[in-house]
Amino acid sequence: MPLKRKDLLGIADLSPEEINLILDTAETFRDINQRQIKKVPTLRGKTVINLFFEASTRTRTSFEIAAKRLSADAINISPSTSSVTKGETLVDTAMNLQAMAPDAIVIRHSSSGAPHQIARIVNAAVVNAGDGAHEHPTQALLDALTVRQNKGRIAGLKVAIIGDILHSRVARSNAHLLSKLGAHVVLAGPRTLLPFGLEKLIAPSEGSVTFADNINEAIAEADVVMMLRIQLERQAGGFFPSLREYSIHYGLNRRRLELAKPDVIVLHPGPINRGIEIDSDVADGPFSLILDQVASGVAVRMAVLYLLAGGG
Amino acid sequence: MTFMLLIKNGTIIDPSQSLAQTLESKQDLLIRDGRVEAIGASLEAKGAEIFDASGLIVAPGFIDLHVHLREPGFEYKETIASGARAAVAGGFTSVCCMPNTAPVNDNSSVTSFIIEQARAAKLANVFPIGAITAGSKGEQLAEIGEMKTAGIVAVSDDGKPVLDSGLMRRAMEYASDFDLPVVDHCEDCCGAEGWAMHEGEHSALMGLKGLPGAAEDLHVARDIMLAELTGARIHIAHISTARSIEMVRQAKDRGLAVTCEVTPHHFTLSDKDVYESGYDTNFKMAPPLRSPSDVEAILESLRDGTIDAIATDHAPHHANEKMLEFDRAPNGIIGLETAVSLTLDRLVHRGVITLARMVELLAVNPAKIFKLDRGTLKVGSVADVTIFDPEKRIKVDAPKFQSKSRNMPFDGWELKGAPVAAIVCGRVVWRAVKN
Amino acid sequence: MDFIEKAVVMTAADMNRVLARMASQVVENNPDLSNVLLVGIRRRGVPLAEKIAAKIKEMDGVDVATGALDITLYRDDLSTVAERPVINKTELPANITGKTIILVDDVLYTGRTIRAALDELIDFGRPRRVQLAVLIDRGWRELPIQADYIGKFVTTTEREIIKVMLPEYDETEQVLLVEQV
Repeated sequence: MPLKRKDLLGIADLSPEEINLILDTAETFRDINQRQIKKVPTLRGKTVINLFFEASTRTRTSFEIAAKRLSADAINISPSTSSVTKGETLVDTAMNLQAMAPDAIVIRHSSSGAPHQIARIVNAAVVNAGDGAHEHPTQALLDALTVRQNKGRIAGLKVAIIGDILHSRVARSNAHLLSKLGAHVVLAGPRTLLPFGLEKLIAPSEGSVTFADNINEAIAEADVVMMLRIQLERQAGGFFPSLREYSIHYGLNRRRLELAKPDVIVLHPGPINRGIEIDSDVADGPFSLILDQVASGVAVRMAVLYLLAGGG
Repeated sequence: MTFMLLIKNGTIIDPSQSLAQTLESKQDLLIRDGRVEAIGASLEAKGAEIFDASGLIVAPGFIDLHVHLREPGFEYKETIASGARAAVAGGFTSVCCMPNTAPVNDNSSVTSFIIEQARAAKLANVFPIGAITAGSKGEQLAEIGEMKTAGIVAVSDDGKPVLDSGLMRRAMEYASDFDLPVVDHCEDCCGAEGWAMHEGEHSALMGLKGLPGAAEDLHVARDIMLAELTGARIHIAHISTARSIEMVRQAKDRGLAVTCEVTPHHFTLSDKDVYESGYDTNFKMAPPLRSPSDVEAILESLRDGTIDAIATDHAPHHANEKMLEFDRAPNGIIGLETAVSLTLDRLVHRGVITLARMVELLAVNPAKIFKLDRGTLKVGSVADVTIFDPEKRIKVDAPKFQSKSRNMPFDGWELKGAPVAAIVCGRVVWRAVKN
Repeated sequence: MDFIEKAVVMTAADMNRVLARMASQVVENNPDLSNVLLVGIRRRGVPLAEKIAAKIKEMDGVDVATGALDITLYRDDLSTVAERPVINKTELPANITGKTIILVDDVLYTGRTIRAALDELIDFGRPRRVQLAVLIDRGWRELPIQADYIGKFVTTTEREIIKVMLPEYDETEQVLLVEQV
């Protein structure tokens, strides 16, 4: 298949050409999703297994729809934590799956690197649907598709990614992808949640990745503002004192948004914590493309499955 | 009936006697009934078994100050016998085993058991290290006096740090009464409990929880200050950061009895290698592989003497246990059967240290630190001898290891230099197969 | 792959004449041109469909609707394709049910492309009738498929290839018979 690789484990490994191929292919699939018959036979007879160790109805459903619209057979497996405590290793799970000879395995796991460990063992194409804090490539791809559709380009844009960057796979994948395509990515959030040093190893040829000194500096004159979900456990982990303080000092409200460019677009990987990292009037407001992101999701996932598992 | 072993034509390097010779001059070593009888050129002894050491280096038997033999309690990973076999196959004639077994070696019965098992195996000498606290729980002192009588050579709660500074102070004072050094595993997590690798650019990129170098530095600083307060002897286990090493250097300059050891993996690999391995759990251990600048500092300190010993922290784990997600896999890799080759290939052949310094790091200093009656080939001393070939090329072949476990990142590596024979109390207990 | 040119099957003038004749045949067979849709199969079928529509306009003054079909996702032979099959847009009006669709392609060979095109059309709706117009029929059918409007029959061997060259994609306008070296 055109993507000369077996798996999609992260954006870090992709070239700008490969990223554009996926995005262009996704646009074709977006058209198909507007038709009466939203199905093409290209993955007919192929098996796609959704292996979700971490619960996620939204992403899993998106992948399931994508597989079915390509006429593949989609199977959902959610290993419960109890099988994990029973001692079945990740390797065991992978080898059992391998014996079933699937064509593609979509995996979401709470441990960084789990898809890599599985990809080494199985012949199937492995698609990373989110591994720990490491990467969530299809999310970054659908975010890029949404931006490209709205702005016509990615190169040269200032994109602010705000929130718990330390624990965010969405932030990492987006930082890789947007900078590879020439955007200037600015990361910001509470100091306790910023992984300094990250920017040294993302070395794009065209764009850039930097940490801003504070939220307002990141949002100033931004073309795109991407808010990350704050997980409520982080407060328990002592990273910040209270949700109230978080929303006042690090949340996106109307007033803070005014610092950005007048035609700014607001993104969020979802699900949103209304009133905490993003106010309702911003999430539902005219600048928000949060629902467009969801629509792009199926098209992007169809493109990825087609490019990895389509054909002979 | 005397038993004699005559090692001929080898180059003897014994820094304990400033017998470090140039590689041209050769001397013979005669052993009688387990002790060194004579060293000289062209020795003869009727009825002696001859060992031809042409082209080889003959040194005092190597001592690994830090291994985990897993018995009692975790025999599926390693036993005292298999660990002793791995040791001699790696060229070590003595090992010091850590007490984190089940039950913990915190009393004289377990100590005696370990010594007895080692004696029965008749391979490497095993010198047990006793726990500092009961069960290594970090709460109450263990029966250090009784364990000393039973044969421990140091105390440590290794695997875990001693978090309570007050308790550590008492432990240092109490252990001094029995002339035992306190070995500390320095790790104050600083909120990074559950860490998976060194905190730095690569942990940021890989999305793994990182342990900052400061976590080790904090405890090293504390231990040095407590050593100053109490006058105790302390030994920093598996030192890994530039900052810790700097503090040890300063402590030594001030005349404190502080020593430290480094593992071969810490002078060979860095956190960049973790990234490049693609989440391979054979690159996960405690302390984690550090930054390239830390590795630079380690190399420099091996050369200048700040680091006293090389010790493997041999930590066997069953294959199933390492076959987990990176953040869930247990820490540790085995090291007995690759240490000598890595030292020769990465340190001696790259000009970081000389062969004489290597023997200091692996034999002379370890014996001094734990006050073992070893580490020398002076006439009359116990004849533990390590014979190695600095030029022998090997390819690391894990399936052929003597250890029960295989968890390490060096499989397939091509290295120059390897052990050739291990002699314990005058008996050749292991000899490399000639290929 | 290297090719040697063996013959010029059609010159630009020949092509022009043939397309005019095919356009006449379409008009002859379809009294109600308002219900006809000329759908070019990507890529080279598309300019051919447009040329036929242009000829019809020239002759009869009638605007026949055109469209484009990308069959990549319906192919059964993706593993044997040498170049990367980039998917291009399929442009069809919303409702094709009840219409007469004339598929237009440059070369009819095994028939598999047409099979894929038919499958795709049916996913869009239920045309009243589907016909096929091709510039060259080179034989070697693997499926029971025939064209209704044929520019020219050319006998070929398996090693030979018919190259239809159009100004939209190639720098010349002609049809060549070439052979793999």
